Amino acid sequence: MSNFFGLAAGAATAPVSPTLAPRPQHPAANSFRAPEAAILKSTGLVKSYRKGSISVPVLRGVDLEIREGQFAAVVGQSGCGKSTLLHLLGTLDKPDEGEIFFEGNRIDNLPSAARDVLRNRYFGMIFQFYHLLPELTTLENVLSPAMITDGVWSYWRNKRKHVERAQYLLELVGLSHRLNHKPRELSGGEMQRTAIARALISNPLLLLADEPTGNLDEQTGREIIELLRTLNSEQNLTIVMVTHDNTLASEADCTVRLVEGLVQ
Amino acid sequence: MYKFLLSWRYLRTRYIALASIISVTLGVATLVVVNAVMNGFTTEMHHRLHGILSDLVFESHGMGGFPDPDWHVHEIRKVLGDDLEGITATVHVPAMLNFQVRGQWVTRQVNLIGIDEQTYGNVSDFGQYLLHPSNRDHLQFLLREEGYAPGRDDFPEAGWTYRRQRAAWENSLHEASQLEQAAQGSAAPLPQDPFATASSDPTAANGAPNVFDPAKEQHTGVVLGIAIASLRHRNPDGKVQDYYLCRPGDDVKISFPKAVDPSEARTNELIVSDNFTIVDLYESRMSEYDSSFAFVPLDKMQEMRGMIDPLSGVPSVTSIQIKLAPGVNLVEARDRLQARFPVEDYGYRIQTWRDLQGPLLAAVQMETTLLNILLFLIIAVAGFGILATFFMIVVEKTRDIGILKALGAPSSGVMSIFLSYGFSLGIVGSGVGMALGLLFVAYINEIARGLETITGREVFDPTVYYFQEIPTINEPMSVLGVVLGAVMIAVLASVLPALRAARLHPVEALRYE
Repeated sequence: MSNFFGLAAGAATAPVSPTLAPRPQHPAANSFRAPEAAILKSTGLVKSYRKGSISVPVLRGVDLEIREGQFAAVVGQSGCGKSTLLHLLGTLDKPDEGEIFFEGNRIDNLPSAARDVLRNRYFGMIFQFYHLLPELTTLENVLSPAMITDGVWSYWRNKRKHVERAQYLLELVGLSHRLNHKPRELSGGEMQRTAIARALISNPLLLLADEPTGNLDEQTGREIIELLRTLNSEQNLTIVMVTHDNTLASEADCTVRLVEGLVQ
Repeated sequence: MYKFLLSWRYLRTRYIALASIISVTLGVATLVVVNAVMNGFTTEMHHRLHGILSDLVFESHGMGGFPDPDWHVHEIRKVLGDDLEGITATVHVPAMLNFQVRGQWVTRQVNLIGIDEQTYGNVSDFGQYLLHPSNRDHLQFLLREEGYAPGRDDFPEAGWTYRRQRAAWENSLHEASQLEQAAQGSAAPLPQDPFATASSDPTAANGAPNVFDPAKEQHTGVVLGIAIASLRHRNPDGKVQDYYLCRPGDDVKISFPKAVDPSEARTNELIVSDNFTIVDLYESRMSEYDSSFAFVPLDKMQEMRGMIDPLSGVPSVTSIQIKLAPGVNLVEARDRLQARFPVEDYGYRIQTWRDLQGPLLAAVQMETTLLNILLFLIIAVAGFGILATFFMIVVEKTRDIGILKALGAPSSGVMSIFLSYGFSLGIVGSGVGMALGLLFVAYINEIARGLETITGREVFDPTVYYFQEIPTINEPMSVLGVVLGAVMIAVLASVLPALRAARLHPVEALRYE
């Protein structure tokens, strides 16, 4: 891990990062954008899960505002609805009530195709259990969002560019020596760093992290947080991290505490 | 892109799915083999069936036949015009054929056909099935000197050479027995056979002026089907061999009904019986024909059966055979002739060769269709195997599906992963099956021999089928059809699991343990 900081520090001086083609406007975009506006905002989010006739309320009106470039932590005990909130923010699920705005545009009621595009090109997501595809190598896992974005032909046309960017990102997270390894051959920390590289491949505006250190030992967890911190500070990446660990949360710019489905 | 990458990776890492398509492979292979063999059999059979049958046949209801074939030929020519390529008149009667083998009389039931040696070759492939090369070019009902069945080692000596040797031997045998009788002195000479006729008992030759000499003369010629004259068997080495009971040069006795009114004639006037000399053998390799057909000259037969009107000299025939020009519609030509000779007014019916062999052709066709249906059902059963395996794989891959959806893969993309997985499994399964099937067809006779050695049981008995080898024909279109059908079944079987995968909720899928 000693070389990690070197690499991370070198990232600033690293060769100019391979960039992607100019991103088209996201599906919910409009031309007007207030300065210093919240990149992500939710109002009165309500979500409950049904089990037969019993309805279990998870979120009971969450208001949230994340500004661009912020490293925000959502903390709370297990079962308080942190992950559900993150899924709603990441458009993986729809709220029962309330609204979510991304860059000032409402996204919770978008059709599923538009939400797929949002997740694919504007949001990066990392999870507690890494969620890498076991059949693919590290490099292919990092490339997978690009493969989803492009059709067969355009992917082959841009393959070199994509691979260069994936290699750059893997170098950034300190995994340049693990390109052709399958996930089962990696350690937990390495898997999480692969997942971070994958989340960054499409140059997202927002990174949503669901307990990214929950499955790692303290030392590795700290390294992951350092990496996120570096990304946040050096690339001005907005990060929303969900955790139950108050120490980790203290590293963040701001903390949102969630108790029984409400922000305190 | 990810769809193909993932389905390719699943294909390479999920051997259980490969196992599930082995049944597709086997089904496709079996179908390819069955179709090739059935095609081979059908084509060979059509060829053989049609070989001896002309395209269209006028067949009289009664054995007395219908008079004046020349007028009919003229009329048919008028109806068919340029569509007519060849025409000939024949007489068909059931007959009893007798010949002597080692002092015993062998009796065979035959279908005696009187043919016109000039025109019969124009309507069917009859000539090419004869054993003597000169007869193949131009049939004569005259015994040839020798040279029967060139290139066939097991064919015994035949022709005039053989006939003379045989006559000499019989002569010497006769003389020896006479000498023996004379030496014994005591034995009274046998009384003269009161029924003997000069022609039917050649050994009774005693130098009288018009006595038949088998060393120099022949009776009316007859061409026998090869299976009448021979027995096919296996020698101790397992090789198929023919044993010839009689051969060109031998005499046979044929009895057949005369063309008289059965109610008015006395019994002994109904039958005519005479000696014939075998002048050639006929081998169409259709056991039905080879074991029942005997050909004699038409004019002789008409004469013997009393089919020539004593007053006008107009002959009768029982059948007229027509060959059509290539490409002429068989059924349409038949219908034209039927319109000219309505069945209500004329004592015969007009049929195509397909009509005549209809039941047999239909049976083979039916067999092929049924086999195809049954084997496709086997592939369909294999499809359910694929369905079950795919459901398992979808369940196993639930989390991956969740991941893909979280990364922004649309439901249609997730669905097409499994569809293309099913498609590639189908391609692999039926491709391997096709290769196996074609390989099997290419080496089918070797495989049949191998099976015979292993099991000791005969797979394909040439003594029954008259083919030395299993005939096979690969039809590219039917092979393609089988392969496409199997691929389609594999794709259809993957539709339900793919739909299920596409409908998974991303959050639930991600939480799936």
